[in-house]
Amino acid sequence: MTPSVLKVKVWRGKQNGEFVGYEVPRLESQTVLDVVTYIQRSLDPSLSYRFACRVGMCGSCAMTVNGVARWTCRTHVSKVAQGDALEIAPLSNLPVIKDLATDMREFFDKWAKGKGQFQGTKTRHDEFEQVRPDSRERAAANAGIECIGCGVCYASCDVVTWRPDFLGPAALNRAWTLANDVRDNAQRERLKAVAGDIGCHSCHTQGSCSERCPKQIEPTAGIAGLKRLTARAAVRGELE
Amino acid sequence: MSALNAAAITQAKAWYWQRISAMVLALCVLVHLGVIIYAVRGGLSAAEILGRTHGSFVFGTFYTIFVLACAVHVPIGFARICEEWFGLKTSAAWLIAKALGLVILVMGLRAVYGVVL
Repeated sequence: MTPSVLKVKVWRGKQNGEFVGYEVPRLESQTVLDVVTYIQRSLDPSLSYRFACRVGMCGSCAMTVNGVARWTCRTHVSKVAQGDALEIAPLSNLPVIKDLATDMREFFDKWAKGKGQFQGTKTRHDEFEQVRPDSRERAAANAGIECIGCGVCYASCDVVTWRPDFLGPAALNRAWTLANDVRDNAQRERLKAVAGDIGCHSCHTQGSCSERCPKQIEPTAGIAGLKRLTARAAVRGELE
Repeated sequence: MSALNAAAITQAKAWYWQRISAMVLALCVLVHLGVIIYAVRGGLSAAEILGRTHGSFVFGTFYTIFVLACAVHVPIGFARICEEWFGLKTSAAWLIAKALGLVILVMGLRAVYGVVL
């Protein structure tokens, strides 16, 4: 039977803090984000957290729910609650600003470090580039293009924990989609940026990122692709 | 070329060689196990093995390739383990790994020599 009250423990404070208990009414089709919102609106207005779209598009509401990083707006309480217990913490591997809000600057700076910007040559006066939808490159890019930048993969990656300078699954997935963009002309610089210890070669292929990505993207597969591309470029002397 | 880029190129090349050697090893191990299973059906003695391998060009070539693939594959992985588990610097890790590779190469080729020639 569904309990009528949820016993929720929420992280309060910054890097140093503690879990504080709240009792939240259990509702049908309740999401974890609903629970956090209830606490802020009805129990403690000083609770800080981040959200925007509530429909799984913006990637701002990810938190650690019962030990696992998840997008909270699309996570039903019924799926994750252990009995009537819910533990909500900020994402791992990121500095905590306050309560459930993390500082995501480094996460996104690493996208830039991995040359995550599209670099084209054409202008609006040129003809459109023809990219066949069934080409191998387009299919590879499609598989990774729906990333919403929520940081769930980054928080789930053990390599990021061991090696804080590792670019992480999201940045490498972005690099992989661009590596398969035939219009992009910064391929060499990008491969240089994602090769080596801070890039794809540190990945242990544990697959936590692919397991937990709410958009079912497989950064592990993209990182394996980058390893192949960088290896080919390295033995041909194109990375020098 | 920066030191960081040079290290990244080394990593990318090392990955390439580990991948190629892994492909060779996968094939070698299958053949190796297959031959063992086939050969021991009626019991096996040292004299029988040597009788089959002695002077055999095929056995000599096959196990030389096997040893070479091991000598390439093992040090690359071992260097990584030295870095990540034992916290060694890259240069120290590679020094130890290359020494291990040399030991595998010498001992392996010596064994091939002993069995085939």
